[in-house]
Amino acid sequence: MPEAMLAMRELHAWYGESHVLHGMSFEVGHGELVTLLGRNGSGRSTTLKSVLGLVDRRRGTLRLEGRDVLGLAPHRIARLGVGYCPEERGIFASLSTEENLRLPPRVGEGGMSVEEIYAMFPNLHERRNSPGTRLSGGEQQMLAMARILRTGARLLLLDEITEGLAPVIVKALGKAIEQLKSRGYTIVMADQNFRFAAPLADRHYVVERGQVAEVVRKDELSARMGMLHEYLGV
Amino acid sequence: MDEIFGIPTQALLGQLLLGLVNGSFYAMLSLGLAVIFGLLNIVNFAHGALYMVGAYVAWMALEYFGLDYWWALVLAPLVVGAFGILIERLLLRWLYQLDHLYGLLLTFGVALILEGTYRYFFGVSGQPYPVPDALMGATDLGFMVLPNYRAWVVAASLAVCLVTWYVIERTRLGAYLRAATENPRLVQAFGVNVPLLVTLTYGFGVALAAFAGVLAAPIIQVTPLMGSNLIIIVFAVVVIGGMGSILGSIFTGLGLGVIEGLTKVFYPEASSTVVFVIMAIVLLLRPAGLFGREK
Repeated sequence: MPEAMLAMRELHAWYGESHVLHGMSFEVGHGELVTLLGRNGSGRSTTLKSVLGLVDRRRGTLRLEGRDVLGLAPHRIARLGVGYCPEERGIFASLSTEENLRLPPRVGEGGMSVEEIYAMFPNLHERRNSPGTRLSGGEQQMLAMARILRTGARLLLLDEITEGLAPVIVKALGKAIEQLKSRGYTIVMADQNFRFAAPLADRHYVVERGQVAEVVRKDELSARMGMLHEYLGV
Repeated sequence: MDEIFGIPTQALLGQLLLGLVNGSFYAMLSLGLAVIFGLLNIVNFAHGALYMVGAYVAWMALEYFGLDYWWALVLAPLVVGAFGILIERLLLRWLYQLDHLYGLLLTFGVALILEGTYRYFFGVSGQPYPVPDALMGATDLGFMVLPNYRAWVVAASLAVCLVTWYVIERTRLGAYLRAATENPRLVQAFGVNVPLLVTLTYGFGVALAAFAGVLAAPIIQVTPLMGSNLIIIVFAVVVIGGMGSILGSIFTGLGLGVIEGLTKVFYPEASSTVVFVIMAIVLLLRPAGLFGREK
């Protein structure tokens, strides 16, 4: 069996004194899409942040294509081909839309060109000279996604990308994600919007109190709906 | 036309030029402070001392190695910049998670150590530094006599400020700097080596101070306390302009220099306090400064 794109084993993570991940384990193979489901505060976002070392302290095992990356600085991990779309979107106010788009450095081969990205998100092209934070919520979300597609990152960590967005935009994002998957991107999504995530994912990890409570494969989804409802309260 | 408002034109223009020269120093120093504060969250109290070290590097280069002004203009920023990098790597990096106050106290301590060291070796009396030959003399513009060296100081510091502005606002490196000023962790998560960016920014900011020190050397006596005399005004300039705005620092620096110069003509008694009066008014009306953004 080939090495997983990303494998997290028994990972513990802390912000200051607060112990947030308690032995989190999951993995995602090349070209797969997995979701981290769970209630607020269950540790989904922290799991994504832990991959990049954006927490104060970590212990456990974290491998990117077989390579141990737990000791690396965040920028070194990103340089191995990881793209991160943060929950708060992280659009920079002092940069124009286009500067925001072009900000992340290239971390791998075969990223999309700015033209391709503008074709995928025409709104961004229209507003390329506006300050990034003047965009609408939906446009900012698209910008946050789009800017990591330019970099050639093959592993995308997407944190709550549908939060607070209108249904039509959520639909557009769903289409974009499908396209990315068919292009061979590996994707980890933390999302509360189960209906958005369900049809896209190969596997769901239900996260509860900083660890995985259940794993649900795509083909088991309908059979285990009841259990998911109970965990997620959807 | 020999008088304006009853003031001889030559005196008025002379003070205006002096104000512009002082304003150039304010602009260069407050620019460095603003860039450093933006990215490092450090109120760099050592800035004045490093400006003084820059002037001393020029003086020592000439005295001990026979290297002239033009050499010093390149050498002093490099030496002081390297020293700044050392300070950042060894001392400042431990303070980023803490309150501003710690950075302020530490850099204040560094300033005292530097000034004390230079006082120990050179005393408090000033060392004269010659104006370079190429910039000796003055040009008669018809309406006033313009000392060449002062014109050069204004031109050189404006050029340095504008290049700095261009790099920060218009280049990719500048985009990294602006983004990292807002959210360093995210920029690092994109693959940018932010710790290196922080180190280089501090080095660059203090190199600007050293450059200003070299420019100042032929105008004022090179003394260990030349920095602490200036830095208080520069901090007032930074407060008036608002931390973290590049063009704001430049305009405020030059503008306050000119206002100070004109005050010397019209009401000399207030010339040393006018900047602080303006600071108090600005703080009351716009606490974030004229060009600053509220955080």
